[in-house]
Amino acid sequence: MDFISILSIFVLACFVGYYVVWSVTPALHTPLMAVTNAISSVIIVGALVASAEAGSAAAKYLGLLAVVLASVNIFGGFAVTERMLAMYKKKERK
Amino acid sequence: MHELAPVSPFVALAYLIAGILFILALRGLSSPATSRRGNRMGMIGMAIAVVTTLYTHDIASLPEIIGAILIGGGIGFVIARRIAMTAMPQLVAAFHSLVGLAAVLVGAAAFLNPGAFGIVDALTGQLHPASRVEMGLGVAIGAITFSGSVIAFLKLNGNMSGKPILLPARHLINLGTLAAILGLVAYFTTDQSPWIFWTVTALSFVIGFLLIIPIGGADMPVVVSMLNSYSGWAAAAMGFTLGNSAMIITGALVGSSGAILSYIMCRAMNRSFLSVIAGGFGAESGGAASGAAAVDRPYKRGSAEDAAFLMSQADSVIIVPGYGMAVSQAQHALREMGDMLKKEGVSVKYAIHPVAGRMPGHMNVLLAEANVPYDEVFELEDINSEFGQADVAFVIGANDVTNPAAKTDKSSPIYGMPILDVANAKSVLFVKRSMGGAGYAGVDNEVFYMDNTMMLLADAKKMVEEIVKALD
Repeated sequence: MDFISILSIFVLACFVGYYVVWSVTPALHTPLMAVTNAISSVIIVGALVASAEAGSAAAKYLGLLAVVLASVNIFGGFAVTERMLAMYKKKERK
Repeated sequence: MHELAPVSPFVALAYLIAGILFILALRGLSSPATSRRGNRMGMIGMAIAVVTTLYTHDIASLPEIIGAILIGGGIGFVIARRIAMTAMPQLVAAFHSLVGLAAVLVGAAAFLNPGAFGIVDALTGQLHPASRVEMGLGVAIGAITFSGSVIAFLKLNGNMSGKPILLPARHLINLGTLAAILGLVAYFTTDQSPWIFWTVTALSFVIGFLLIIPIGGADMPVVVSMLNSYSGWAAAAMGFTLGNSAMIITGALVGSSGAILSYIMCRAMNRSFLSVIAGGFGAESGGAASGAAAVDRPYKRGSAEDAAFLMSQADSVIIVPGYGMAVSQAQHALREMGDMLKKEGVSVKYAIHPVAGRMPGHMNVLLAEANVPYDEVFELEDINSEFGQADVAFVIGANDVTNPAAKTDKSSPIYGMPILDVANAKSVLFVKRSMGGAGYAGVDNEVFYMDNTMMLLADAKKMVEEIVKALD
């Protein structure tokens, strides 16, 4: 992809992010931080590329370490978000 | 500019779908009812991104990669299961630090083995200048996120004093370091010597540390949101390096999310983002003047029985929780108290100030943990007008967010901050550990000395448990 199309995706995604995040209810701001944390670990994609490609042993091990760290975040982030969201309950209607 | 290995349209499409699922994950959080479905979409998106990457690359090292995922995933899962809800702010800070460090590692791996990432110019055999800037910035932001989050974690976890630590000439040092980082990244485009890359990385670790140490405990909601934002920008910068749309979309989402949360937190304290980042709040002698005048002023002290009687006679009670509730883990006892009052026919509501606690939404999570229905919990602007009709405002572990000085005293450090108008209620019950030690801002609170205020001086949890007993 050329730089301009990448930049377009980025700028548009910033706008999408802006409107989507303003629509998040303040009561869920803590789960929001936990889930954004989990999804920002999509950086694992870069770590996987580094670990999978031959060429540099050092790069490979740095990549594997990054895979471990990002996995902690992905599993931990989604699991803790799930745990928090499960606690939000409505009043029981009589 | 980027001559990445030819990407099949299906692969690009898969990353795009992952990006869209992440957007939907955040969109789901607009209401608790749709939030869990959103979270699942996020999980599917992540699975798509990971599987697509593995599928398109050499899978010779697959066993090692699977091992790494299992180790990391296992650790993350166990932490997520075991962590106490009150420890959520430090957990989020710790997770941010991992994203930051992962970004640094990916950047370093890309620098050591640029061929794998397709960022080498075929003619010169060197890195693309554009890739160098993206890589340099990505690593710098990642390193700042890492060291900043480690400090935030230590402060939130109590391993380090929450008090601001002020170095002499810190603004000068910080600006100098930032300028050096940016200068080196610019220079990196003309000369790709390893020392430049590693110096940028090292300086960024240092600046992350320096940026967060002068910021005090109660400003942590802003810091945690800001680091959240940085972790997003770091992922986006790496996405630029790799030309990966899933990373760019996610980075932009997380970056704007953190930025908006920082903005909301700053607005709720009536402080500019720059003044929070400059740090030192709560360390200056600003509060001393008003604090000194307040020694030995008369106040009314009440017992748990008094509080129980007052509330059981009331028609409506509004509960205002703050960080003190989290510290003493009083949320379960508080919900029990609320239930007993409701049985007596009292209307019970909860009022949450945006900066109550140590991270955005901190109080809401704790109340949810204690099974308080979320439709009894209200934000400041939705409930503030109701204090005038309420019989009792029950303040537990909150202080600055109820202080009328924010409206009346122009010299107060919290002047202009929106507050919960508890003083308008017919009576105020104020649970506080002791009369000494004003709130975080070091400002005395007029509410303590009002005729219709009763101070309940004890540990928040013990006091609420005693009230529950007295209501029985």
